[in-house]
Formats: sequence, structure tokens, C-alpha cells
Amino acid sequence: MIWNKEAECMSREDKESLQLERLKEIVSTAYKKVPYYQERFKKAGIRPEDIQSLGDLEKLPFTTKTDLRDAYPFGMFAVPEEDILEVHTSSGTTGKPTVSGYTKKDLEIWGEVMARALNMALAEKSDRIQNCYGYGLFTGGLGVHYGSQQLGATVIPISAGNTQRQVEILQDFKTSVITCTPSYALYLGEVLEKQGVDIKDLNLKSGVFGAEMWTEEMRDEIEKRLGLLALNIYGLTEIIGPGVAQECPEKNGLHIFEDHFYPEIINPKTREILGEGEKGELVLTTLTREGMPIIRFRTKDITALRYDKCSCGRTLVRMDRITGRTDDMLKIRGVIVFPSQIERALLKIEGLDPHYQIIVTRPHHLDELEVQVEASPILFSDEVKHVEEVKKMIEKRINSEIGLRVNVTLVEPESLPRSEGKAVRVIDKRNFD
Amino acid sequence: MKLKQISIFLENKKGRLKKAIHVLSQSKINIRALSIADTSEFGILRLIVPEVEKARAILEKNQFVVKVNDVIAVEVPDKPGGLDSILDILHQADINVEYIYAFVEKKTDNAIVVIRTENIEEGLKTLKKANANVLSSEEVYNL
Repeated sequence: MIWNKEAECMSREDKESLQLERLKEIVSTAYKKVPYYQERFKKAGIRPEDIQSLGDLEKLPFTTKTDLRDAYPFGMFAVPEEDILEVHTSSGTTGKPTVSGYTKKDLEIWGEVMARALNMALAEKSDRIQNCYGYGLFTGGLGVHYGSQQLGATVIPISAGNTQRQVEILQDFKTSVITCTPSYALYLGEVLEKQGVDIKDLNLKSGVFGAEMWTEEMRDEIEKRLGLLALNIYGLTEIIGPGVAQECPEKNGLHIFEDHFYPEIINPKTREILGEGEKGELVLTTLTREGMPIIRFRTKDITALRYDKCSCGRTLVRMDRITGRTDDMLKIRGVIVFPSQIERALLKIEGLDPHYQIIVTRPHHLDELEVQVEASPILFSDEVKHVEEVKKMIEKRINSEIGLRVNVTLVEPESLPRSEGKAVRVIDKRNFD
Repeated sequence: MKLKQISIFLENKKGRLKKAIHVLSQSKINIRALSIADTSEFGILRLIVPEVEKARAILEKNQFVVKVNDVIAVEVPDKPGGLDSILDILHQADINVEYIYAFVEKKTDNAIVVIRTENIEEGLKTLKKANANVLSSEEVYNL
């Protein structure tokens, strides 16, 4: 199923010429309409005319989250405010939120890329899409909503939360496609199991999961618990929201809709551009955005790009599943650790629920890593000896994944926070003053 | 005769023991014997109750992790050297005792202890062969 064959299966040559044409235009618009860019470009000694090839993009300065924050609320808009039809903001989990403004055309593009994404995840006109992403300033809810409307599917705008109602609708409306965060999908599966709902009685065929990092092991778990095909979606408010990239059923990376969003991978430290397959920070440039052109935005997300042809038929470049963020990258005793590594280790243990929390402390000038894991019947025994062995086994598994000694604490079931939005996995109590 | 014991995982946190006991009391479950194994990070509460399955269900419903397994209840002469004589039987047979705890109530003049040997079948066989008075579930529950 390919929603826009022309765009999604375009030859690399045609695509690059389209990208270049669009890049020239957006750079020139940004320069003319947004004082921030004009100032930045001048400082770097670059004029829009200097962009004559896609490679010339490298000459342009990066835009960071801080830059967008400094422009709060509407400083990055490139059109008169009256042409902005809608605004969204980032969650603000890491500070003051950033604002994203959309013109009528931007909303159409958003709907288009989301329709491609949903269709790539098997959703069609005849489907009922239960959209459990939050509606509101968060882009998740409305992004899926617009895509679903362009697709012509029936959207169930239930929004996030109210799990009991979600379960009822899932059964009564025979929902065929579900959209939510992967951690909520797991939670939902848990609730279904507890309530004795047989997944065979549900009508789910696929799920579009994103807005937080997850792993292959978590995918297996979700697919098992919900009885569906679980696919990964990627996007960010600063660029447009969900719909920057989507995984196809081949499950070998997320196709970036590169006719609208131009990707680069850089070394986050040296900022040099990395080649195909090299892991680094994803940098995105919007190629068609009217309301708020974004040039070389540093996403802080760590991935790699792959240009080889996908068997689904699309020629769109693929990005790997996000394996970490340059800012939730933990440095423990000098070793780089991503929460996803710990999650991977935990999910490999039979009978362990993938709910965990990582607590970092520095009691005596030395980092200590504690991983709290919920106890489950399979892990428990009447003997202290046995429970301690289980604890040590988990510690060993994590140790072999990250190369660091950790302390595992077993906590009671359901005692770790379940999130309906983004799960908070790391509590860093170290004082870096 | 093997006896069912229910074990409950307790996080080392204020109020958890109370919560477990309270849940059982709400369901009118009478505790015949109990012991707690405590470590610096968690505890294991072990109970002998007449309605094991009911207790398990109610605890699980309240998010406790529980495990039901077999232990041995045996009568011990309530006099100096009484317990020693029982342990001696196991010792002679080279059977390892994981833990042991006592009932408060008595059936006769004898005390009752719960014994968890590493291998329950072996423990049971050995005690019986030495003519120790191993109690049945009914005998224990009807104290």
C-alpha cells in the first residue's frame, strides 16, 4: 500500500532535483522573512544564492532547540500571523516549550505525510483508527487526525487516557488500527489481559507507535499482547509533528518523507557530516514548510541513514530506529549508557515486565546505577536465596549489555509509574555543581 | 503429608506488611503460622492459611506477587532437645533445611514447626521413616 506513489517511489535523481529546487526556495524565504535566519546567515557570511547544490546545505548554520526557545512564542514565523491557522507546542519536558505555527498549506502537507504514514502501516479508507495520542497542543493527536481524514478512514478521536473507555471502544467499535505511545500500548495490553479480554475477539491489525523511544523487544511484546503489527512512527513538533518518517511492514527502518524533510546525520561533537550507515545525530530541514521554515534543526535523536532500496518499493531513505538522544545519553562512570540498552537487556528475560526505572546517584563521588524492576510471579520464590539469584541474574544481563555494574532492586508490581504520554525512565539524582 | 505455604513479596517500604495482612483480614482469612525473611532490600512473608487459593487470589488482586509451595509441618516434643531430635533426623540423612518456623498453637503437648527442606519429598520421606509425626493439612488447619 503506497499512498503517494509518485513521491514515495521517485528516482533518487528526480528527488534530488526536487529537493534542491525546494531547498533554494525555503532558504531564500527563511532569509527574507525570518530575522533570526537573516542574522545567522549574515554572521556565517552566507547568502541564499550560495545554495547551488544539496551539498551546499552544509554551509548553513544549525538551528537548535535553544534558538527556537529564544524566539518564543512566534519569532520563527515566516508569514503574517493572520496566515497561521494553528499552533502547537512541544511538551516542554526539557524546559520552556517551542512553538510551531502552521499555515493552511502546512496543515495540508501534514495531513498528506500522515496519510502516507498511516497507509504505510496498512491503514486504508475502510479502517477505524483509534487515536489514543493526546489531542491538544501536543502534535500527536491532531497529526494522526488530519492524516486519517486525508486517508478517508474513520478516526476515533478518543485522545489519551481513560483506559477503561479505550478498552470498551476497542471491543465495541472493532477498532482495526490503533495509534499511541509504545508504553501505553504495552499498558493497554496488560489491562486487556487482566480483564480477560481475548485478543482474538479484537479486530486490531496494526498499530502506529511513536513519540518515545522503544526497542525491537518491546515491539515483540506489543505484537504479542495486542495481536497486531506494531510499526514505528517518527516526528517532532519543531519540524511538523508526527509524519516525518514511518516504518513499513518490512520493519527495516523508517522511511523519511524526504520530499518535505531533508535529513542529514552529524557527529554531535564535531558537527561533521557522517556518511550512509554511520550513527550520529539527525539534522532535519523542512523543504516545504510555509509558516515556520526550519533550517538544519538538530533533533538530538541518534540514528543512521540507509539509502539501499527497500523491498516495499519505496525509494525514500530509511532511518534506523532511534537508539538514543544526545541529551538522555547517560554518562555513568565515564561510560555512555542509553536507557534503551537497559530496556533491551530486561526484555530478554522471560517473565519480566518491561516496566523499569533507572536511578542514577553519586553517593561517594562515584556514580551508582540502580535499576528498579517490578517483581513478577515467575521471578519470585519463597526462598531469599532464589530471589537474590534472580536479582543477580538481571544485574548480570544488564552488565553484559552496558558494561557497567548495576544494582537491581525488585519492587512490587504496578509500583513504577505508567505513563499515558512519555514514560519517565531515568531519574538522575547526581548533583553536577 | 505436604502442607501448602503462601509466600508474599514485600518491598522494603513502609506499610507493605500491614497492607498484606490487612487484605487477608478483610477476607476473613485466619493465619495459622507466619514468618518473615528480611533482607536489606525486600522481605518474604510466609504464611500458613487454611484457604490458600482464596488467599492467593485476594493478594494477587491487590497487586502482590505471591507463590504457593510445599512445606512440611511436623510435631516436635515441647521440651529441651525436642527440635534437636527432629533436626537430627534430617542431619543424619544429609538433608539441607532452608528455613524453619514455629506455630503458636499446639495440637497436644507437642509444638509444631514448619520445615522447608531443599528437597521436600526427601525431607518428608526421611521424617516419616524416623517416625516423626508429620501433620496433614486438615490437622494443621483445624488447630
